Amino acid sequence: MKHRLLLLAGLVGAIALIASLSVAAASSNKPSRAHKAAAISAPKVPNAKAIKKKYGGQKITFVGDSVGDGHKRDLALAKRFTKDTGIKVNVVPHPAASDQSYSQLVRAFSQKSSSIDVAMIDVVWPGAFAPYLVNLKPKLGKQSKLHIQSIVQNDTIGGKLVAMPWFGDYGILYYRTDLLKKYGYKAPPKTWNQLFTMARKIQTGEQKTNKNFYGFVFQGNAYEGLTCNALEWIASAGGGTLISGGKATINNAKARTILDAMRVQIGKTTPRGVTSYQEDQTEHAFDDGNAAFARNWPYQYGIGATTGSKVKGKFSVTVLPHGATGKSVGTVGGWQLAVSKFSKRKDASIEFVRYMTSPAVEKFDALTNSNVPTIVSVAKDKAVRAKNPYLKPAIASVPRVTRPAKFLKTHYNEASKVIYQGVNQILNGTPAKNVLPGMQSKLNQIIK
Amino acid sequence: MSTVATPAPAPRRRRRRGTKLQRRQTRIGWILLLPSLAVVGFVALYPLGKTVYQSFTNQEFLAGIEPTKWVGLENYRTLWHDTIFRDAVWLTVKFTLITVSFEFALGLIIALVVNSSFKGRGAMRAVMLVPWAIPTVVAAKMWQWMLDDVFGVINDILMKLHIISHPHAWISDPATSLAAVSAVDIWKTTPFVALLLLAGLQVIPRDLYEAASVDGANQLQQFWRITLPLLLPAILVTLVFRTLDALRVFDVFFVFFGNRQDTQTMAVYAQSTIVGDGHVGYGAAVSVAIFLIISLFAVIYMVFMRVTEE
Amino acid sequence: MSTAAETEAARAPARPVSRSRAFRRTPVGRAVVKIPLWILIAAIFVYALFPFYWALRSAFMPANELFTTPIKYFPTDPTWANFREVLNSSFFRRALLNSTIVAGSVTLISLAIGSLAAYALGRFHFHGRTFVLYLMLSMTIFPQIAILGALYTMISNFHLYDKLGALILTYLIFTLPFTVWVLTSFMRALPGELEEAAYVDGATPLQVFYKVLLPLIAPGLVTTGLLAFIAAWNEYLYAVSFIQTPSHYTVPVAITSFTSPGGNAFQIPWGQIMAATVIVTLPLILATLILQKRILGGLTAGAVKG
Repeated sequence: MKHRLLLLAGLVGAIALIASLSVAAASSNKPSRAHKAAAISAPKVPNAKAIKKKYGGQKITFVGDSVGDGHKRDLALAKRFTKDTGIKVNVVPHPAASDQSYSQLVRAFSQKSSSIDVAMIDVVWPGAFAPYLVNLKPKLGKQSKLHIQSIVQNDTIGGKLVAMPWFGDYGILYYRTDLLKKYGYKAPPKTWNQLFTMARKIQTGEQKTNKNFYGFVFQGNAYEGLTCNALEWIASAGGGTLISGGKATINNAKARTILDAMRVQIGKTTPRGVTSYQEDQTEHAFDDGNAAFARNWPYQYGIGATTGSKVKGKFSVTVLPHGATGKSVGTVGGWQLAVSKFSKRKDASIEFVRYMTSPAVEKFDALTNSNVPTIVSVAKDKAVRAKNPYLKPAIASVPRVTRPAKFLKTHYNEASKVIYQGVNQILNGTPAKNVLPGMQSKLNQIIK
Repeated sequence: MSTVATPAPAPRRRRRRGTKLQRRQTRIGWILLLPSLAVVGFVALYPLGKTVYQSFTNQEFLAGIEPTKWVGLENYRTLWHDTIFRDAVWLTVKFTLITVSFEFALGLIIALVVNSSFKGRGAMRAVMLVPWAIPTVVAAKMWQWMLDDVFGVINDILMKLHIISHPHAWISDPATSLAAVSAVDIWKTTPFVALLLLAGLQVIPRDLYEAASVDGANQLQQFWRITLPLLLPAILVTLVFRTLDALRVFDVFFVFFGNRQDTQTMAVYAQSTIVGDGHVGYGAAVSVAIFLIISLFAVIYMVFMRVTEE
Repeated sequence: MSTAAETEAARAPARPVSRSRAFRRTPVGRAVVKIPLWILIAAIFVYALFPFYWALRSAFMPANELFTTPIKYFPTDPTWANFREVLNSSFFRRALLNSTIVAGSVTLISLAIGSLAAYALGRFHFHGRTFVLYLMLSMTIFPQIAILGALYTMISNFHLYDKLGALILTYLIFTLPFTVWVLTSFMRALPGELEEAAYVDGATPLQVFYKVLLPLIAPGLVTTGLLAFIAAWNEYLYAVSFIQTPSHYTVPVAITSFTSPGGNAFQIPWGQIMAATVIVTLPLILATLILQKRILGGLTAGAVKG
């Protein structure tokens, strides 16, 4: 009995604790990150009066960035937009997982739902959603000329501009400048073989004092990120871009070579657990001082450069290595903004997209969130470059490769799954020649 | 316990004369049952029938461009040659064998320990229920963090005990993936098995042991001759439930491995085909296959139980 | 079997006791023999509870301590920050609310219609009763994955996709049959003549149900209600397949797709995930500890059949 009372007291105590924590949390002010956005306020909307006259008072729904800094930015921009134009914007964060976010949009479109007006779409989705999106060329064609043309082309399906580039992303190589110096290297590696050699030498030296140190980390988990990494390896080794001309081309000698080369490194210069790594683990490994080289998106730069980071001031970025014959590439990541064909407020939505993809907003984005701008002039801006050194021309002008979404339309997710499952299998120990033929025939089946 | 547990035979009534009252009973009975039957029919039986029907079509969820049409046995033909599904089935069976045996062995030991009298037995029983009450995915997340190859405590402890020399990637390495995921399931479900067996143990009358003790039978003989045979019904029921649960496993595998190819159970494969790829027709064929496989195991157990009862 | 033991006991004389046996009977001996037992018990305690300790420790560690090696077993700089961030995030608060709504509704519905069904199956005589009973039993081992596709299409046809109603409806598949089965056994355990007096007084069957029987099986209702609530709270497969918008997530889905309220979409906030884990499991643990006898009774009533 006494023991029961004790437990009951414990339960009441726990509930009281949680309740008080909630109250405390709700009333406490969120520090640091809010400062960043507050320092630079959201830019004003050009032509606001004219827009207000025409569309003021309308309501649109914007499916934007997932919960986190991205969502906060969306809210700040939407607030400014509403203040200036009177168009109310309902900001809904999309699911964090890429394929869930994709399914969400597909459902809405296939049900012809008018619940979504503006959507943030991944760079690989224009092909899938083209039939459901408004052609932005008439109204935004002129503004689109400010953006990086290869991305604009990616967003143009059948002559229609179905989405406006919003922010870009591409794979880059992070490296430890202090370690390169320590082991006598004057410059970062240019080819993959050079990277492996350098990684091994540095790792052997560093592992004497740090058992967790590895030469090279990347995203090897069975998910979309691996498709991006694999594309970089294969394309930079001259093995093509996975699918071209409507047929899968992944089963070729050069692809085999580079994939096997990566496979052999697992457990040697790359940690055994790398086949479960996504962007987060890669970033932790590098920023914790446990890696000499890392492949990741530009977002990692800002984290490593904050005060208190173990690697602050000790690293730099460059383009990824290439194969013996081939050139460096970076897989295009990033997001676009599109307007749904089923929206009841198409014009108001287009004005919103115009605002969000304008140079002023992209600069705001680049300075507050380290997002890679897709407007050429913004990428050249001094303040932006100072904050984001990977925008140096040498790196920013690396040729971009796009994942083969155009040929796959609504089957992109499925095809990507075939690719990343296969590559993950190879990395986990199966020789490439046993896996690639199967991948190729499955991909061809999906394309049909 | 077993006698209480079995629904006791319905209370005998005075012979009611005339079918009028009997008909009234029947009518009321069915009316009371109607909501439950409606729910079961609507949410379980109708979808099951629909699934069987869908398995003969090429229905796609997302495209909407191709009209759905009847394709007969084509899905099943593809399924027969689907090596990934075959691997998934095999993986699920392996997982079931491993976890059920471990859980049974450990559960029995724990039940025996708790059954012997000692202070704090009540607290022990309570503590054992705790892993069971937690959502499986929450347990999976906790273990995923503990098994982390860099920051995981398991690696740290094993290295401190000098069992391994450097951190191991338990989840990533195909050689240890199954062990890692089994460990989580075993941690979570052994208590439950132990409690069921404990309930069975507590029904066995003490006098049997005392009599055997007086006779000079040692612990082992007592266990073999008294405990096991009397515990058999509880053991069988526990095994049936655990096996069927293990065959349906989804949560832990999904959290640990996501879409990794070589670690898909039947349920993960079905979910990925239907929800991820949108292949409703083919996914339905996969679902029917899974249903048949699980039913097969259930039937085997029922036959076995019938046989042992005789 | 008992007769065999009896005759054996009657036949054999009491055997002389060995020296080790004699030692084992002394107080010291008794304690010594129990040492391996205590070690085993301690091992079991550690095995069952260590993951919680680890989650607790991780929840109280700030990120910079959490992601460093060598690993600390005890936070040197404990902080409430992770808990604050989790509770501050409307994402998680919504998830707690969603789970409560779903689990609560499912439990209430199951108990309501399940008890009616148990009344019929436990107190009435009619053809087909045994069939329905075994139908309910077989539903408890029904593989939910098998009907995922059909439910998926059904739910979107009813415009329930991405709504909590989808979960409330589909969770009945596994809560209702179990509830019916267990409540039936409670109903059957009640004495047979109970309703006679009420009927003589002119009560309708429904009045008999909620005035006489329901109060008597109240413990059973608590037990099955608790088990149904826990089962619905913990469900993952349907929750992850039928719900898309983050603000509609239930707790299990929310925990597996946790993104830091302040931070990049790529970062996995283990400290906060562990804090969320603690917040979710603490009440469950306490409830389990308090109500363990009931839970045990319900589980064994439902599972251990003669």
